[in-house]
Amino acid sequence: MVALTRPATIGADRSAAERLGSVTTGNALELRGVTKLFGALAAISDVTMSVRPGERRAVLGSNGAGKTTLFNCVTGDFLPTSGTIRLFGEDISNFPAHERIRRGLRRTYQISLLFGGMSVADNVYLACLGVSRGRFSLLRPRPSDPIIGRADELIEAVHLTRVRDTLVSSLSYGQQRQLEIALALAGAPRFILFDEPAAGLSPTERAELIDILTGLPDHIGYIIIEHDMDVALRVAESVTMMHNGRVFKEGTPEEIENDEEVQQLYLGGGHG
Amino acid sequence: MAQALPTTAPGRLTTALERIPAPVWVIAFLLLLMPAFANNFVLYQIFGWSFILGMIALSLMVLAGYGGMVSLAQMTVAALAGYVVAILGTSGVPQISLGWPWWIHIPLAILIATLFGTLVGALAVRTEGIYTIMITLAIAAAFFYFTRQNYVIFNGYTGFNNVIPPALFGVEWRQPVPFYYLTLGCATLSYLAVVWMARTPFGLALQGVRDNPRRMGALGFHVTAHRIFAYTFASVIAAVGGILLVWQSAQVVPGTAGIPQVIDILVVAVVGGLRRPIGPFIGALIYAVLSVFSSDILHAFGMSGERFKLVIGLGFLAFVLFSPDGVLGLWEKYKARRAASPDPLLGGGR
Repeated sequence: MVALTRPATIGADRSAAERLGSVTTGNALELRGVTKLFGALAAISDVTMSVRPGERRAVLGSNGAGKTTLFNCVTGDFLPTSGTIRLFGEDISNFPAHERIRRGLRRTYQISLLFGGMSVADNVYLACLGVSRGRFSLLRPRPSDPIIGRADELIEAVHLTRVRDTLVSSLSYGQQRQLEIALALAGAPRFILFDEPAAGLSPTERAELIDILTGLPDHIGYIIIEHDMDVALRVAESVTMMHNGRVFKEGTPEEIENDEEVQQLYLGGGHG
Repeated sequence: MAQALPTTAPGRLTTALERIPAPVWVIAFLLLLMPAFANNFVLYQIFGWSFILGMIALSLMVLAGYGGMVSLAQMTVAALAGYVVAILGTSGVPQISLGWPWWIHIPLAILIATLFGTLVGALAVRTEGIYTIMITLAIAAAFFYFTRQNYVIFNGYTGFNNVIPPALFGVEWRQPVPFYYLTLGCATLSYLAVVWMARTPFGLALQGVRDNPRRMGALGFHVTAHRIFAYTFASVIAAVGGILLVWQSAQVVPGTAGIPQVIDILVVAVVGGLRRPIGPFIGALIYAVLSVFSSDILHAFGMSGERFKLVIGLGFLAFVLFSPDGVLGLWEKYKARRAASPDPLLGGGR
């Protein structure tokens, strides 16, 4: 994986993000008593959480703590059994996934959900198209199409220009993770959910990932799920610990790192 | 998948023409000159019918190949267009047919059939896999029984006869040569429309929906709306095919969209190949040739000519077992094997 640089497109789309922001107020993301039941099993239970605009939050917890289910409820992949989810003040609890995305929410997936039979350019083009007009257009895009321009900027920003026309199934794992991030940055993102973006990356690639996450424009907030504590605690300014589907503890990275209960439960008592 | 995004600007038409392989030009010229060396029977019964069946199967290919949705209602959409032409235009049943001019009844037939196809899509896209097949088959069966039992609008069991194309520009379009060119023109336009659509934003998004609907939702696409619009697009092609089909046989009856005919469209599309728009036309040509000539072959072996469906069924079974991508899949396998085999003179792969 080569070094990631700050995508020019994100800055260029800031005005769009601000336009979206001008019609809503409040926290970037606000969860109130969110519960998701699968039969009798509570994957998450009574989760309450607030994230300010531009805030970077890490959600930590052992496997089965409910982190990815929480993401799925926020993005609309699952509808919560109870509770409310607000995005920039707007209740999106019952919105379908695509409506949430059009309000500036983005996500990456733990396991890359890319379009393997399409080229890198097609993948990023789709991501840019999804939050633009003309999704049903039966006119072929011209080379001067602004969406193609934005897609190419994003491809360049994640240093995939060399493989622009390569099938995604032929990319290395690291390149696929880069492409995942490019898809999440398309359009005018205001809040991004990163689901284990460092999983499977080499130490060098992880350092580069930290660069891109810390280099994101200030107006873009995010939540990151990450098992690699070095990554999670370096890119986040606040931390939420989850355990058995519930919020267990919240604080700054230092507070969480030094918390005895957290160390016993998650860090095995020997971290730091 | 074809590259969707252009990288170069000027001279795109010239570039596009240059990219067309030589064999395609040869086939195009052969098809254009076909009336010079083929008799009327071949023009009308083999090629004319193949183009029509190919168009209806092409509408299924759009849904299945690009959208991942196997609909068995495409023949029903085609038959509805035929019925509307018979009801609103002229037929041998003047008590029902309204006799409206062609420039009203043909567009209305396409519009009504397209709306019906869209409605079918709106119902079907909420299901997946075998359930989509079942719900569209149920709609096709309901349409068949409805038309057979309704005498006020659909004239019941007897349907409509003497439904012929209008004599535009002084041409009798049901004559073999004009009809051949009419069907060839419609089939070519349908084919080009599908090839074009596949590289548009909608087409690209539809293929994304086929490959990963969850991710498409997470990119901001309304997955259900895209699927329904695919039905709309496919229904236009099926409707035009349906009108031609009715003109070819000069009649439309409930059996036009009976269960065997509905299944035949699936057979045609699968035998030709569902991955490329040319596949359904290849499948249709094979089907038409087998339908017309297999009875003679069966007679030669002392079997009843009515058993030609057995030949088609066995062929379908063989394709499903050995080449799920149809004839095109066989051709691609052959090319891949040939490329991998050593050159007899130079050695190494070719």
